[in-house]
Amino acid sequence: MSQVSSEQGHHIDACLREDRMPHIWCPGCGLGTILHCFLSGLLKSGLPLDKVVVVSGIGCTGRAAGYVKLDSFHTTHGRAIPFATGLKLANPELKVVVFSGDGDLIAIGGNHFIHAARRNVDMTVICVNNFNYGMTGGQLGPTTPLTARTSTSPYGNYEQPFNVPYLAAASGAVYVARWTALHFRRLERATTEALLKRGFSLIEVISPCPIVYGRLNRQPTGLDQMRYYRENSIIRHGADPRDADINLNGKIVVGKFIDTERPTFSDLQEEVLRKTFEPELPARTTSAQEATVAESVPK
Amino acid sequence: MTRRRHLTGEFFMNGDVACAEGAISAGCRFFAGYPITPATEVAERMAERLPEVGGIYIQMEDELASMNAILGASWGGVKAMTATSGPGFSLMMENLGLGVILETPCVLTNIQRAGPSTGLPTLPGQGDMMQARWGSHGCYEIIALSPSSPQEIYELTIKAFNLSEKYRTPVLIMADEVVGHMSEKVVIRPPEEIVLFPRRKPNVPPEDYLPFVPDADLVPPMANAGEGYRFHVTGLTHDERGYPVMNAQAQHKLVKRLVQKIKKNSEDIIEIEEDGVNGADVVVCSYGISARISKFAVERARQEGINVGMLKLITVWPFPERTIRKIARGVKAFIVPEINCGQIALEVERCAGGAAETVLVPHMGGGVHRPESILDAIRKAVR
Repeated sequence: MSQVSSEQGHHIDACLREDRMPHIWCPGCGLGTILHCFLSGLLKSGLPLDKVVVVSGIGCTGRAAGYVKLDSFHTTHGRAIPFATGLKLANPELKVVVFSGDGDLIAIGGNHFIHAARRNVDMTVICVNNFNYGMTGGQLGPTTPLTARTSTSPYGNYEQPFNVPYLAAASGAVYVARWTALHFRRLERATTEALLKRGFSLIEVISPCPIVYGRLNRQPTGLDQMRYYRENSIIRHGADPRDADINLNGKIVVGKFIDTERPTFSDLQEEVLRKTFEPELPARTTSAQEATVAESVPK
Repeated sequence: MTRRRHLTGEFFMNGDVACAEGAISAGCRFFAGYPITPATEVAERMAERLPEVGGIYIQMEDELASMNAILGASWGGVKAMTATSGPGFSLMMENLGLGVILETPCVLTNIQRAGPSTGLPTLPGQGDMMQARWGSHGCYEIIALSPSSPQEIYELTIKAFNLSEKYRTPVLIMADEVVGHMSEKVVIRPPEEIVLFPRRKPNVPPEDYLPFVPDADLVPPMANAGEGYRFHVTGLTHDERGYPVMNAQAQHKLVKRLVQKIKKNSEDIIEIEEDGVNGADVVVCSYGISARISKFAVERARQEGINVGMLKLITVWPFPERTIRKIARGVKAFIVPEINCGQIALEVERCAGGAAETVLVPHMGGGVHRPESILDAIRKAVR
């Protein structure tokens, strides 16, 4: 990676570990752009950076935790979400962000993903989806489109993929959006929104992986993949996530699909315990004060 | 309903409940777990007690998640534990390793049942002793304590939290179903009489803080998340900055320190109970519920005029090598009763180094030894 030449530096420099550059990501990979959007969106959120924690699992995206100048944890494969759950519950002052890939979060970590969404633990999950396991050389993953070629689906994939926004929404996430690495400003804005949202928020970011995925699927460069996003993305805010399946080289429905309110794990815990221990517990002062147990069932 | 905070006094409780009370006494305020026989009562007690003392109980989706959640909570600045048994212990091995490499204080209780696999969920075993030592992949040292009674599991849980903070490592409590489920008198001392080891905090400003620069005893101070240190830690092999370094030199330096911080401090960590070992002809060496039954057999043997000593291992890992080596020079044999087909007996044999015979008294699990089987082994060994 070339050095930033501007004397003033870049506005995200304060959040980047320059001593970790150059990063390990391939030419044409979307992760640099996505990390930039994330940090930019974070700075715009106005959250105190000393209280923002990034947790990631294993894989190309998992390396992001090591590049941010924040308290950051690079954990084991699939386990970023339960680690983040412990952090958040132990110290509610923290804004906890999980930044990881589709294989990490949806395959090996799939169980943790749905349960954290169900509990509505207050955290933001950025799921970078490149349709394959990039770090290990491009194997099929839980999001690989049907018939796509990967190193372990040499004749074409014959597994049905997960639709990540639908999975998140069905599990109870209060904020669900999908963008691609091409949608720079929208992704930045979505990041700010998700970070300021109380509860389990998810942004799926479709990302180019030309070296080990695109080359096998008629999109051999990062530019080809970005062109594909430009020509095939359909912005549809409020779309039913069920209609957001992705087919090989087909249309990609993007936008903000879900933005709703539901009491968090901590809200409900406090409410239930208060009934037992009243009047010893002080009155609650959270924004979701009106939320009740009866209303907690995901819609 | 009123809140009971720290209990003080005499109670009739089982080992699982006593373990939970030990954790409360030690200042544990976070428990993440998954129900599993015969450890469920630890979780149940924590679910009841933690809200009373301002702590958090969360039931996770599995044991992988439980182990990770306690690591996260510990980095959030709260003392944290989980409890499980065989099948859950296997799932926790993955992130026990993460706890070791991130040097994260936490406590994991294993109320052992008989395996392999689902085995005998409601009946005792001691078959996870080697798994406790070697179960996560790679090269590392671990601390494991083994209680023989509800009172002892209470005390050892406090000790486990202290050791975990002092040496920045997960500490295992390797109990068994009998200790977990037997009810006995447990004395809980007042809080002012309980000594707790506080977390080692960095004494440098954030810009000078390197997360893995150790103190003289090889243990680095630990900043918690959210305190402004802006640190990075990784399960990859890393340098003192916490940054990944992918070469043999970094691996050597890191793993050597992780191992040495336990080995070099083993004299401080290891606790054993010796009874009549000096000058004995044979010594019975055991731990957990098997040590308790061994004591009965030892008393009977002494009544028969046999000169037999008793060595009870309270700390099982790091293994008390020096003690075994020393005793081996003066005795004919070690008798090692354990509820497995020979695990700690292998360690005793290794340390005895041929100076004394090692006689395993195995039990396949599902029950405990009859004292007679241990007594027979003692009689044969002195012949």
